[in-house]
Amino acid sequence: MTLEGGLINEEQVEVLLSDLLERYGYDFTGYSRASIKRRIVRLYTLDRALSFSEFRYRINHDEAYFRRFVEQITVNVTEMFRDPDFFRRLREEVLPRLGTYPFIRIWLAGCSTGEEAYSIAILLKELNLLHKSLIYATDINPTVLERGEQGMFSLGYMRQYSENYILSGGTKDFSSYYTANYSLAKFDDELRRKLIFSTHNLVSDHSFNEFQLIMCRNVLIYFDRELQQKVLQLFDDSLEELGYLALGTKETISYAGFNNKYKRLGSEKIWRKLG
Amino acid sequence: MMKRCEALVIGGSAGSLDVLLKALPAMQGPLSFPIVIVVHRKHGTDSLLPDLLSSRTPMRVKEADEKEVLAAGTIYIAPSDYHLLIEQDRTFSLDYSEKVNYSRPSIDVTFQSAAEVYGDHLACLLLSGSNADGVNGLKTVKQLGGMVLIQDPATAQVAYMPAQAQLNVAIDKVLKAEEMGEFINLLSERRP
Repeated sequence: MTLEGGLINEEQVEVLLSDLLERYGYDFTGYSRASIKRRIVRLYTLDRALSFSEFRYRINHDEAYFRRFVEQITVNVTEMFRDPDFFRRLREEVLPRLGTYPFIRIWLAGCSTGEEAYSIAILLKELNLLHKSLIYATDINPTVLERGEQGMFSLGYMRQYSENYILSGGTKDFSSYYTANYSLAKFDDELRRKLIFSTHNLVSDHSFNEFQLIMCRNVLIYFDRELQQKVLQLFDDSLEELGYLALGTKETISYAGFNNKYKRLGSEKIWRKLG
Repeated sequence: MMKRCEALVIGGSAGSLDVLLKALPAMQGPLSFPIVIVVHRKHGTDSLLPDLLSSRTPMRVKEADEKEVLAAGTIYIAPSDYHLLIEQDRTFSLDYSEKVNYSRPSIDVTFQSAAEVYGDHLACLLLSGSNADGVNGLKTVKQLGGMVLIQDPATAQVAYMPAQAQLNVAIDKVLKAEEMGEFINLLSERRP
């Protein structure tokens, strides 16, 4: 697909973003423009919009299309056990320490279709901690959360996920966690029962609990600095002392005001809040 | 020749590393613009490429960080497994969306994004490779007035990528690996 330069210009992007805010209360104005513009142009081309005004009218007057728009301009790509070294660190260091608590609360912010939520549930199960854990998996898009609820992922990905799982220190037979059903892998209900999928908008919603681990990987890269700082503050407010904050490979807390209250774990993007 | 080059983006895939290793030492830094390099490589080999390239040039070579301001005279490498975009304020953005042309980072994505920011002050160079990633990007670059360069397909280890560009875009200059450094030096403004 060709993404023609100039199909939608910078001002038109601003028009759409302010429509979303005024009409639907969705605030995307703190998103990095290059990425969101690319997503908008992609959707414009994909849906063969006839003109900008037709595209804009549809977003403003067709609620189903508005939902598609939000789902398509946000990035929902995710994997199980992506960055195996990161998951190894969770398995070997972070989760065992949380295991000393009577109850473990984990927040996965921007969980998309839930692959990481199931990955964490598998780690907890193998560490014998799943029975006393709850994983709150949140995202701005209700549609992706529904897919997470179902716990069904394409069977075609399982080979890659199994490889990631083994690289992250997993020793079980990965296929024992799901049942193959035509082209889908359905993950066990035992894992699913400890996951709570719920909508939460990092831009506008507040803290809703205190957690011992907050994971938000490859979400902050789409935000501008100001919004990044605001969201990091929300995480800090929602994290217990001695709790852990985990971000994506290219993300950091170094520009946040509370940076000195945290200590980084080795070379991974995991920080521990000091007591 | 273009009025003033404000950025050079180089894309490459299979067979492009040797070209970079040959072209870098011939560049006389500091250049008056940043260079952004997008090469396809396996996920998880992040630190190797900047180290390898930096051994061939006195210029600063680093992996691009999100929100980092593009600085003249610096060579930025796109991190593996992310698309690399450039914002209007000339900072980098990273993006973990779907692969484009089976690739992340995709050369098309960075070429297109750079074209929208730099317009006719951009030069893009496409090297050896075995798929057509980069070709659509070069079309956008051309459309917005930028300069389009390719490695001479006859001298490329894998000719497909630059050859596809040649078939689909009006190329401003075809370069052999040993000519690239000198050509890039000429794009740079020499201040007395």
